[in-house]
Amino acid sequence: MTLDFSTLLPYTEQILHGLMTTIWLTAVTTMAGIALAIVVAYLRDAAVNGRPSPISRLLGGYVEVIRNTPFIVQLFFLFFGLPALGIPISATVAALLAMILNLGAYTAEILRAGIDSTQRGQHEAARALGLSRLQSFRHVVLVPAFSRVYPSLISQCIIVMLGSAVVSQISVFDLTYAANFIQSRSFRGFEVYLVVTLIYLLLAVGLRLAFEFAGRRLFAFRQGGSA
Amino acid sequence: MTDFTLWDIVRNLLLAGRWTVVLSLIAFIGGAAVGLMLTLLRMGGLKPIRWSIRLYVDLFQGTPLLMQLFLAYFGAAALGFDVSAWTAASVALTLFTSAFLCDIWRGCVEAVPSGQWQASRVLGLDYLQSMRHVILPQALRLAVPPTVGFSVQVIKGTALASVIGFVELTKAGTMLNNAAFAPFTIFALVALGYFILCYPLSRYARHLEKKLYGAGIR
Repeated sequence: MTLDFSTLLPYTEQILHGLMTTIWLTAVTTMAGIALAIVVAYLRDAAVNGRPSPISRLLGGYVEVIRNTPFIVQLFFLFFGLPALGIPISATVAALLAMILNLGAYTAEILRAGIDSTQRGQHEAARALGLSRLQSFRHVVLVPAFSRVYPSLISQCIIVMLGSAVVSQISVFDLTYAANFIQSRSFRGFEVYLVVTLIYLLLAVGLRLAFEFAGRRLFAFRQGGSA
Repeated sequence: MTDFTLWDIVRNLLLAGRWTVVLSLIAFIGGAAVGLMLTLLRMGGLKPIRWSIRLYVDLFQGTPLLMQLFLAYFGAAALGFDVSAWTAASVALTLFTSAFLCDIWRGCVEAVPSGQWQASRVLGLDYLQSMRHVILPQALRLAVPPTVGFSVQVIKGTALASVIGFVELTKAGTMLNNAAFAPFTIFALVALGYFILCYPLSRYARHLEKKLYGAGIR
């Protein structure tokens, strides 16, 4: 076996293009997915007469369906299914939608664990002090919950970034699509996939470092004393 | 274009679903065997071994499973072997599973309070005896819920084998869709297939977890 990495050099542009797509897909998904998760977590908390409301049951169903089916099937369902229902959708939009719905479900579940571990009394005290349900959720429940589940949140965002490799299958020009493209022209499959796999590894490490840095900033006020 | 009845679609998906189950079993059993070996090696003293296993785990956890499948498929070809999608998928998924299980199980062994180690050594048990009679039985109890939970990830992971041409549930779905063009129905049914396989395992894992924490362990 002879490995020849020089055949990849003419394709630097494609790799960079794919890399940028993977990065921006991940960035948009992270922000929108976390926003979606907060809404889902808030609404799932709602109850009617002490029992889960219809909305919270529905959202519970959404979370379970996403968590128990493969991402690639969710992607195909949206990309092929929506146009068949008369809703035209581009590959990029389908990819973003699938990634956001996916991250949203996992993050909602992660957040719920953090919210559950916030003492009920804290929430009641906030309400007694005159904060509305939304205010109390935002200031008293959400922020401590976030700081508590932050490590799982980082891991989940990295999983979504790595999982985004699958969007190449609906022809989104991401890093994996670039790899497939180069493979089909140069026939140096092993070298291409090795290099691109290493780029993903660097991305994962970089993303973790960036998140940890942001976490130290975001939750700095919690470092001193509060539990 | 031939007409496909709903039953034709369901029947074909069920037939292909068998291979999802078989591949999941191969990956899980193979991954558990390799993962167990790695966990035991990692708990031993030798630093270079511990470091290389850590690197192995980080490599598989820090790269996309899809890339691992491509590498297994094309890597073997580069080495001069002509491997089938079956072999490549089995190997890649086994290695992927082993890395994650090794990490989960290491956490479980470390979660056994260190006082248990000290106590068993004080009682005169040597390393292997402490491991066998004191640490592993406790670690095993802790390990069951996350291991069952991870099996869901393995089943979902097999869907990616469709990309290298392995005909399982997802691939059967795309093939049927090419012929019957009923994407909404077909992919909903494919998703339902995975849900039926995964949801009971998810529920069972959560149940085990509640039982474990409810019993006041840790």
